[in-house]
Amino acid sequence: MSRDRTRRDADRIDVRKTYKLYVGGAFPRSESARSYEVTDARGGFLANASLASRKDGRDAVVAARKAFGSWSARTPYNRGQVVYRIAEVLESRRDQLEREVREATGVNAAGARAEVDQAVDRLVWYAGWADKLAQVVGNANPVAGPYFNLSSPEPTGVVAVLAPASPLLGLVSVVAPVITTGNTCVVVASQPHPLPAITLAEVMATADLPGGVVNVLTGHQGEIAPWLASHLDVDGLDLTGVDDVDLARDLEVAAADNLKRVRRPGPEDLAADPRLDRMTRFVETKTVWHPVGT
Amino acid sequence: MTQDATPAPASPFAYAPAPESTSVVDLRASYGLFVDGAFVDGRGESFTTLNPATEQPLAEVAAADSADVDAAVKAARRAQERVWGRMPGRERAKYLFRIARIIQERSRELAVLESLDNGKPIKESRDVDVPMVAAWFFYYAGWADKLEHAGYGTTPVGVAGQVIPWNFPLMMLAWKVAPALACGNTVVLKPAETTPLTALLFAEICQQADLPAGVVNVLTGAGETGRLVVAHDDVDKVAFTGSTEVGRQIARAVAGTRKRVTLELGGKAANIVFDDAAIDQAVEGTVNGIFFNQGHVCCAGSRLLVQESIAEEVLDRLRARMSTLRVGDPLDKNTDVGAINSREQLDRINELAAVGEEEGAGRWAPDCELPSTGYWFRPTIFTGVTQAHRIAREEVFGPVLSVLTFRTPAEAVEKANNTPYGLSAGVWTEKGSRILWMAERLRAGVVWANTFNKFDPTSPFGGYQESGYGREGGRHGLAAYLQEENR
Repeated sequence: MSRDRTRRDADRIDVRKTYKLYVGGAFPRSESARSYEVTDARGGFLANASLASRKDGRDAVVAARKAFGSWSARTPYNRGQVVYRIAEVLESRRDQLEREVREATGVNAAGARAEVDQAVDRLVWYAGWADKLAQVVGNANPVAGPYFNLSSPEPTGVVAVLAPASPLLGLVSVVAPVITTGNTCVVVASQPHPLPAITLAEVMATADLPGGVVNVLTGHQGEIAPWLASHLDVDGLDLTGVDDVDLARDLEVAAADNLKRVRRPGPEDLAADPRLDRMTRFVETKTVWHPVGT
Repeated sequence: MTQDATPAPASPFAYAPAPESTSVVDLRASYGLFVDGAFVDGRGESFTTLNPATEQPLAEVAAADSADVDAAVKAARRAQERVWGRMPGRERAKYLFRIARIIQERSRELAVLESLDNGKPIKESRDVDVPMVAAWFFYYAGWADKLEHAGYGTTPVGVAGQVIPWNFPLMMLAWKVAPALACGNTVVLKPAETTPLTALLFAEICQQADLPAGVVNVLTGAGETGRLVVAHDDVDKVAFTGSTEVGRQIARAVAGTRKRVTLELGGKAANIVFDDAAIDQAVEGTVNGIFFNQGHVCCAGSRLLVQESIAEEVLDRLRARMSTLRVGDPLDKNTDVGAINSREQLDRINELAAVGEEEGAGRWAPDCELPSTGYWFRPTIFTGVTQAHRIAREEVFGPVLSVLTFRTPAEAVEKANNTPYGLSAGVWTEKGSRILWMAERLRAGVVWANTFNKFDPTSPFGGYQESGYGREGGRHGLAAYLQEENR
């Protein structure tokens, strides 16, 4: 797809990839039939990406809601297996992703390799959390009375994720914690660097992740995000990728309508080791009481 | 209809009145704000707090305006930075233990004052509210020097602005103040307009405990005072318990700021009774679930979902049990259901009950005599309710139960979850595996199985969805009051 490669063999014409959306396990074009030009770090043409519309956003929420019931009901062991499988498939596509990261950001080969390494490792890290989070953030509560009383984390529901500009590691860093805990999500990929996101979607589509658990929209954050923030069937909103403070505030205001759980934007080094907060932000604590007696 | 299901005949034994004496309470004619360790006059227009059981004025209470809010926040900031935030946890713990002990020592005074101002039965304020308040301070006192074990770091957030409702004035104060203080924060607390008195008595308790000035500040006033506290630039953390609508306003108000917020909002809990449940216990739990505290409970079991095959029997026993509820003087130790907290709330309950009738649901209430003055509402059930009825969807926040039926466990789950709220739910069945199956599927922060309306300081409480976010109580309750850096 880059010009270098077309020059490699003058007799052969490249088969360029068409990047589409990823919604409900399928790869549709935007229903608006729009696309936008994605360029490399030096401004050269890379591809046209789909320009998702408000309707695509709604479709993605419907798909995420539909997938939530069965995904959240899976055993944590099974969810961990699936997240690990994403890491496996990603590892096998690393050449492609390294190239895409390099083209998108202009980082050198070693830098791109490091980013893909970290993205794979991060998925492996989260995979292992699926069946441990309840043990670390859950509680048996010693209430003053004859009751069995247990608090455990449960997924919040459908989370809208505004991904940061870091096209692969940033994306994995915000998506993995959300789905590992049993939520489903609608992700608005980085506007300038959407291509690795669609490639990651292809990885997820072939990694046993049920359709609809992750839905990836490419397009203008400012156009799609307000509809996701005010959507009454979205339970959580991750603003990590929003750099515009006014937009972030407006989205947070819109999220108040159905009291979405909001993760605010803030200075953050996504390359640093993650903590639990990205998982705990989008889990609820359920406490179950039962009398003890004979 | 079985023999035991017939309504109980009028008891041959009449209950003699057993009023609690009010002499233990030293009620003053007027109260000021509690700012920086002292009682001061408020600059806003003072207001009267009434006894809802008699409509008689209890006292004049000051209202805080923006200058008062500013003074309180400044005092709290000063105390947080210079004294309380720096104090070793083991010393903070001692103050909290002291407060817990004084609450126990003055429990009768607190209970009587709570019932006078709120209208709740003395047996509830005496046996539930005040003991729970003491327990909350004891529990969080013990955390103050153990924060490094909780998993949320040890750095306090700073100044907490806390706005609490009128249904459990003291208990909500304890839920807010105890964890905040244990973590090294200072607080500016705004109690509800109709129930400010026990918060002011708590301020006296802080003085008695020699709590450093400014650590706890109490600002009385109406909604506007609450808005000023929430909006103040130098408040780091907002904690609110109250209506979902106000919760939304607060979420909007803090959007784009650095303020952290926890919200504990409304609910429309389902109490689900299966055909194999111990029916008398289930009926008792249903009654407790909706008529406790006049139904002024955000987690009240306001929707009874009963399996169709036993619906008639459950309803018969429920009506029989409701006929034995004693409604009246909150200070009478025999009273089960006290006064509605305010005229405004009574109007809202009346309005929604009227809507229930208009929409075709069957209304029933026991035939009991109500006092001629004060705000009263008979314990009421609506039968033949469907999910579309407003009384099945909106929070009545009063002693009104909507009865719906279901056939299968899956249908029970679907109906129970069919609400934007998600605070609590109840399940009644003798089958253990079904309890666990139900508990897994109910979208609610608290699930009570074969019990209802149980609270404990060690146990997290809070909602899903539009019932708000954050948890109060337990180890989880510390999270809201510690900085997020180390998680």
